[in-house]
Amino acid sequence: MRSGRRAVRVLMYVLLVVLALGYLLPVYVLVNNGLKSFREVSLSRMWEPPARLSPDSFAKAYRRLAPNFRNSLLLVIPATIGAAALGSVNGYVLAKWKFAGADVVFPLLLFGMFIPYQSVLIPLVQFLQWLGRALDVRLYGSIAGLVLVHIVYGIPITTLIFRNYYASVPTEVVEAARIDGAGLAGTYRYVILPLSMPAFVVVVIWQVTQVWNEFLFAVTITGNPARQPVQVALQNLAGSQIVEWNVQMAGALLTALPPLLVYIFLGRFFLRGLLAGALKG
Amino acid sequence: MPGQELLAPPRNSANVATTIAPGPARPSTLARPRIRRDSVLSALIVLPSVVAVGVFVYGFIGWTAYVALSGWNSFVPDLSFVGLRNFAELFQSPRFQIDLRNTVIFTVAFLAGCLGIGLLLAVLLDQRVRGEALFRNIYLFPMSISFIVSGTVWQWLLNPSTGVNLLLEAAGLGRLRSPWFTDPKIAIYSVVIAAVWQLSGFTMAMYLAGLRGIAEELREAARVDGASDWQMYRHIILPLLNPITLSAVIVLGHISLKIFDLVFAMTGSGPAFSTDVPGIFMFETTFRGNRFAEGAAIAIIMLLMVAVVVIPYLVWSTRAEAAE
Repeated sequence: MRSGRRAVRVLMYVLLVVLALGYLLPVYVLVNNGLKSFREVSLSRMWEPPARLSPDSFAKAYRRLAPNFRNSLLLVIPATIGAAALGSVNGYVLAKWKFAGADVVFPLLLFGMFIPYQSVLIPLVQFLQWLGRALDVRLYGSIAGLVLVHIVYGIPITTLIFRNYYASVPTEVVEAARIDGAGLAGTYRYVILPLSMPAFVVVVIWQVTQVWNEFLFAVTITGNPARQPVQVALQNLAGSQIVEWNVQMAGALLTALPPLLVYIFLGRFFLRGLLAGALKG
Repeated sequence: MPGQELLAPPRNSANVATTIAPGPARPSTLARPRIRRDSVLSALIVLPSVVAVGVFVYGFIGWTAYVALSGWNSFVPDLSFVGLRNFAELFQSPRFQIDLRNTVIFTVAFLAGCLGIGLLLAVLLDQRVRGEALFRNIYLFPMSISFIVSGTVWQWLLNPSTGVNLLLEAAGLGRLRSPWFTDPKIAIYSVVIAAVWQLSGFTMAMYLAGLRGIAEELREAARVDGASDWQMYRHIILPLLNPITLSAVIVLGHISLKIFDLVFAMTGSGPAFSTDVPGIFMFETTFRGNRFAEGAAIAIIMLLMVAVVVIPYLVWSTRAEAAE
């Protein structure tokens, strides 16, 4: 009986380790082949470790992608700040100041985060082009245009996260501030905002990885390669017939690195927020 | 992957109701105009977001629907009304029929893979495993990576002349070598493998949270009653995880119905459209082929497919919240 249980546990660990190795395979391929020199790289020796470590592929991939990394940074930072700020004030109002019609507005807002973005793509392009033609606001083809798009389509999820978070702030706290004479703005500034750090962490992680990883808007709105975010540049690199595949691997790893680092260092907070409800659910 | 936060409906919406009810504790006469001012202010604060989402989501969907009913199938805009002609032509197009079939196959296989592996991993990690945090992070990290990156890697891993096939051969399993995405009959499953790699860990995290939420007394009681581990999972724990399975099906299902980047980066349309999906068809016919009305029609069909899955869920969770 006891030895039977032992065997089951050993089997369990074997299964866990084998599966873990399986999940890590793609990472091994990226690192392993990214570190090979151009001469050494070969499809038939994909799994063999490099005889000599060479930074060539990473250097080459970085040279190709560096301008696009810059574009992605210029995109992610304002798009995250904008969507987080709007989500926070919206969430506060929806959770604590329910105005007439809030019950209708909220689900309608939520649906916006599920839609396939193909269903807004044609009008979006037309709208951005029209802004340039009619009002001389040149957003189409620019990172600024993408920032606007990601802020607007980020509003539903950021509002949802903040609203759920603020709903768990005891109403007495808000009431107390009101009795002390604080209005809507004052309560937000002095009571709600100082409590908001955990929600901001979740929202920022979410928005940073979403916007960094996004492809469809990026490829449709920015045509000029010099203005494209890094995902589009990687796709061009990987789709190219003349770029060595070890450079593609190095480029893919570089592109994956920022969200990966965010995840490794902050993932705990993210998951905690993400799954808080499933525990109660 | 939007939507996961829906798992966390606020539990104390009753408190919100007490907030709007004018409480007795407002003696100050100054407070009254301030409250009226604040209720105007609260509407003003959400107004920009409501207008932006109203235009960018609902207005644009309306415009897409209008384009889908028009004859705009060349570079020159032509918004003359043609009724449902674009839809009729789509459903007769062999490519779109393949796309719909691929979507069904992909969704079913992807859901089965994610739910099966996710549940297995969660149950394994729930056995007081040493190094649990490490294992969890390894299963979960693919979720943070973009579909473009994973498409790029898996395109090489499942390339018939290298990657996984080499591993199988080295392991003496040469018979399991596969043409993967170069064979139209199984190409779509190659994309499923990549997608399951990316999101099964997330499914695991959902199940694990569910398992951790089950009271230990319940397990104790089952053990006292002499239930085996298997019986306990089969009859007590799994039924308690049903709400989580539902949430996972909604979140994963709506991702798979609108999948685009992963397929685009990994295989494109594939041999004989064997990995083509509506998202790719829409993108190509609209922005490469200038067939805007046809693209809009595909987009509307995608939207309807997602809406059928998501709207009942939204209604249900809103009602559940209001009932509390």
